[in-house]
Amino acid sequence: MTTLLPRAGARPPGRGPRTAARRRERLTALGMVSPAVLLLLVFFVIPVVLAFALAFTSARLISPTPAHFVGLRNFTLLFQDPVFFRSLLNTAVFAAVVVPVQAGLALALALLVNTKVGGTNFFRTVYFVPVVTSMVVISIVWMFLYQKTGLVNHLIDTFSLGHLHGPDWLNDPSTALPAIIFMSVWQGVGFHMVIWLSGLQTIPADLHEAAAIDGADRWARFRHVTWPGLRATRTFVLITITIDALRLFTQVNVMTQGGPLDSTTTVVYQAVHTGYDQQQTAYASAISLVFFVLVLAVSLVQRFLTREKD
Amino acid sequence: MATTPTPAPGPRRRTLRRIPGHLLRSALALLFVFPVVFMLISSFKPDQQIFADLGSIKAFLPVGQLSLDNYTAVFDRVPAGRFLLNSIVISAVTVVLGIVVNSLAAFALSRMRWPGRRLLLVLIIATLIVPFETFALPLVWWVNKLPWLELNGFHLALTEGWLDTYRVQILPFVANAFSVFLFHQYFQSIPKELDEAARMDGASWFGIYRRIVMPLSGPAVATVAILTFLPMWNSYLWPLMVVQDENLRPVMVGIQYFFQLNVSWGQIMAYSTMITVPVLALFLAFQRSFINSIASSGVKG
Repeated sequence: MTTLLPRAGARPPGRGPRTAARRRERLTALGMVSPAVLLLLVFFVIPVVLAFALAFTSARLISPTPAHFVGLRNFTLLFQDPVFFRSLLNTAVFAAVVVPVQAGLALALALLVNTKVGGTNFFRTVYFVPVVTSMVVISIVWMFLYQKTGLVNHLIDTFSLGHLHGPDWLNDPSTALPAIIFMSVWQGVGFHMVIWLSGLQTIPADLHEAAAIDGADRWARFRHVTWPGLRATRTFVLITITIDALRLFTQVNVMTQGGPLDSTTTVVYQAVHTGYDQQQTAYASAISLVFFVLVLAVSLVQRFLTREKD
Repeated sequence: MATTPTPAPGPRRRTLRRIPGHLLRSALALLFVFPVVFMLISSFKPDQQIFADLGSIKAFLPVGQLSLDNYTAVFDRVPAGRFLLNSIVISAVTVVLGIVVNSLAAFALSRMRWPGRRLLLVLIIATLIVPFETFALPLVWWVNKLPWLELNGFHLALTEGWLDTYRVQILPFVANAFSVFLFHQYFQSIPKELDEAARMDGASWFGIYRRIVMPLSGPAVATVAILTFLPMWNSYLWPLMVVQDENLRPVMVGIQYFFQLNVSWGQIMAYSTMITVPVLALFLAFQRSFINSIASSGVKG
């Protein structure tokens, strides 16, 4: 085989410059990925490994004595702690209500906004305002709205013509969690509306037209065209709402600090409360692991339930 | 309308049928913006006015005694300007570093040939299944142990612990698996022939990244900038745990601290407005990119 490349010393023809270029390409690539890889190692991999390791020790945030191995002690303590069970229950209730309600309302909003009449963009933007607003600010503003003499109760008063009087929402153990649930759905529904909308837009318009020509009414078209077309979107919406619901923290920390009477404490709130306020890093790591197992279980189960059934 | 040229029954009936839908959409629009409007309007009112207006539509109208008193009171009571500056610095630095670090990694992963690149991409994307809350508390413990080289006068000193610094609020959020993924997806759509042609002309890989690929990646840069900026501006859990020093406090921790001082509601609304309106203004100015960026986090599944 003849080569057009210049001979370089005793090296086989053509290989020399190419290997050098390859090596340079490899080194440059390593240089380019290394900042990201290094940062992910320090701020992701090591802390995740630590979450597993510290959960079996006596580590405290600031401690004169070094942490030592304590086996399953943190977990036995955890599963005897009634407040932890309360936080698991509250988190489960929150997720069980928020997931279907928020997913359903978001889909309803998407269908309502997705019209040919125009204004889609306007309404989409308006419904999205709470999504880009900080949850801390939203929680503070809603604390004012939820007061005994706040705006929400004024509205209830006005619309029931004075027959109904709202409670002191956030200070009543029976209404604090529902109040937080309502506000959270209100805040997050715009996000999932946008996800549903992008799903709706992937369904070809001629499918709807064909169904309409065949005499299908609105419900039949939704049932047989829209719904099957949203399969991938559905999985994503369910998984993200569920994981977001399990992460419930900010609203609780700002509005109720877990109270009244632990009626709004959550898993993440407990982790922060014990790990940061009480500096029990090891115990908080154990809570974080339970949280992670929950998240993992939920996404695996949902992926399984919504898998392609072909 | 009287000027409608063809009063055919079809279109008009259709217009009539659209009215309930429009009413519903508009009513919902009110439901989604009323707290923000209330916050904005109340920030200009003294407390007794806020409470007096609650029972009527006046709560949402700029009527009565309006002033900037609440705003000046906020600045008198807490270093709100400092909090704003901190958040601007922290968000801006994270956005810039995040764009550089993640696009560099994505460039090497998508356009260069080296062993292990596919595995590394899979590993990076796999990190997305672990929520931050899983390792947030071990991370506090860990950053409290991390060393740092500090220049004291003329000699370097090794210090321990990153609590109460800017870097602890920035560096953990620079490398972002989702940003790498977004850049990677986008870079795949840029023809590789461009690289080859540039290589023929003697361009270096870094030159290709800087002069060819990045200038063509405006939309990806915008998406990553928005998806980094919003959570950084709104970040709360992390700075709550790692920042005690008032001089380093970002806005969201600052407002909670302010709130606990038992100040008047008008002042709280003024502070809330100050930290919300800039973001809302950005959102309204670039709403299409904002919504599309955030919706793009919906395609990762």
